[in-house]
Amino acid sequence: MIAENEEYILGLLGKGMREHERGQMQYRDIKIEIGKIPHAEGSAMVDIGNTKVLVGVKLDVGDPLPDKPNEGALITGAELLPLANAEYETGPPSPEAIEFARVVDRGIRAAEVVDLGALFIEEGKVWSTFVDIYVLNYDGNLFDAGTLASSAALLSARMPKYEDGNVIREGSLGKLKTKGMVTSCTFAKVGRNILLDPNANEERIMAGRLTIANDENVIRAMQKGLSGSFSYAELSNLIDTTFDNSKRLRSMLDSAVGE
Amino acid sequence: MIMGGSGEKPQLIINGKRTDGRVPDELRPIKLEVGTLKNAEGSAYLEWGNNKVLAAVYGPKEAQPKHIADPNRAIIKCRYQMAPFSSLEEHSRSGPNRRAIEISKVTKEVFENVILLDNFPGSEIDIFIEVLQSDGGTRAAGITAAAAAVASSGIPMKDIPYAVSAGKAGDLILLDLNKIEDNYSDADMPVAIAPRNNEVLLLQMDGSMSKEQFDSALQMIKKAGETITKIQRDALEARYR
Repeated sequence: MIAENEEYILGLLGKGMREHERGQMQYRDIKIEIGKIPHAEGSAMVDIGNTKVLVGVKLDVGDPLPDKPNEGALITGAELLPLANAEYETGPPSPEAIEFARVVDRGIRAAEVVDLGALFIEEGKVWSTFVDIYVLNYDGNLFDAGTLASSAALLSARMPKYEDGNVIREGSLGKLKTKGMVTSCTFAKVGRNILLDPNANEERIMAGRLTIANDENVIRAMQKGLSGSFSYAELSNLIDTTFDNSKRLRSMLDSAVGE
Repeated sequence: MIMGGSGEKPQLIINGKRTDGRVPDELRPIKLEVGTLKNAEGSAYLEWGNNKVLAAVYGPKEAQPKHIADPNRAIIKCRYQMAPFSSLEEHSRSGPNRRAIEISKVTKEVFENVILLDNFPGSEIDIFIEVLQSDGGTRAAGITAAAAAVASSGIPMKDIPYAVSAGKAGDLILLDLNKIEDNYSDADMPVAIAPRNNEVLLLQMDGSMSKEQFDSALQMIKKAGETITKIQRDALEARYR
């Protein structure tokens, strides 16, 4: 199976082609829908090709982190659900799931999507923001789907109230205070080719993976994954490609959250 | 990283000098010893500033459990861990947390690139990195020490990688962040490189950087790599002279 897939994908690349007639630096179709889970303070479903990711955002009153008593907390988790892929198993989060959640978290945190300073309630009490990434269908490039969905869910989240020791989640509520916006572009190195937005067949044979999260012309987070390497020249080109592609991702986010 | 403490942000640069007296592109003192642990096939002890790191390599040996074995090549298991007493802050829980699991993964991937895995089908190579004292930059220190440990084990490698971080205070690029700088800097970027071909084996970053700042950080890292590579080679030579 893997050998056949490798032969097929490399065969296409040898002819300058890619599955579904894509260019090497071309995304699949992207869809962003917000508010799919009205019970959650914020939610977004993102499809990139057949990859489908749901993010739910909840806000709870909690303790501040010891070193940041005046700030709210941001906690990002990712579940590679067994229903999303025959190869995913139940059990505690795998290193892959942990890396995925932490890379998305770093982008959101570095771009200050959530205004954590605005989540202070009173001495010893802050709002904790939980971002849970649910992978519903795996067909590659979870990182970009996860970052887009997390951004969309946070940018459209409502802000519960805290009154007399109670959390009020319904009625007339304002929006979660946000500051920045972040998107990411993920590349796979397959042979000597570098492919934007790898699908599952491409990811199964990629040697290396690179994710660059940015906010206009500011790099906010980067992560190289797997054993393959990248040269300086490749990194430099991929930063430019990311800056270019992020304009469209940003405007898709803008229109999805209605701004 | 941008997540600093709540207290007042300390001045990271005073009169062109850093909190520990270094200039922006200066490494902390590095001391590396190879062959520290007798049971391991390869080992190294590294002091990098106030970081104290032990690395050990076991194997190649039969992969366990058997179902994880790869009939075509060796697999690498890697565990990076910080001792509960290693930081100046409170006691931390022992055992791997999410941060340690991620660092173990990206460290393993560095060594998957350079070790000639095809030479040892069906086997496993274990790399252990124990951070005994931490002061920022422990993953880079761990990779640098582990690279020397693997080299001393005789397991064939394409190259001996090194790692170091660069970061940013205001618009100033800093090499090799210590813990205070790591907490309060505007960006942190650990990088591992194979010095022969300068391929980037590990790249992580968070904070904010322009493309120009990224370029100068990488150049600074590459220059520091000459020093670190020499320290690794000297330590290996001292051991086997």
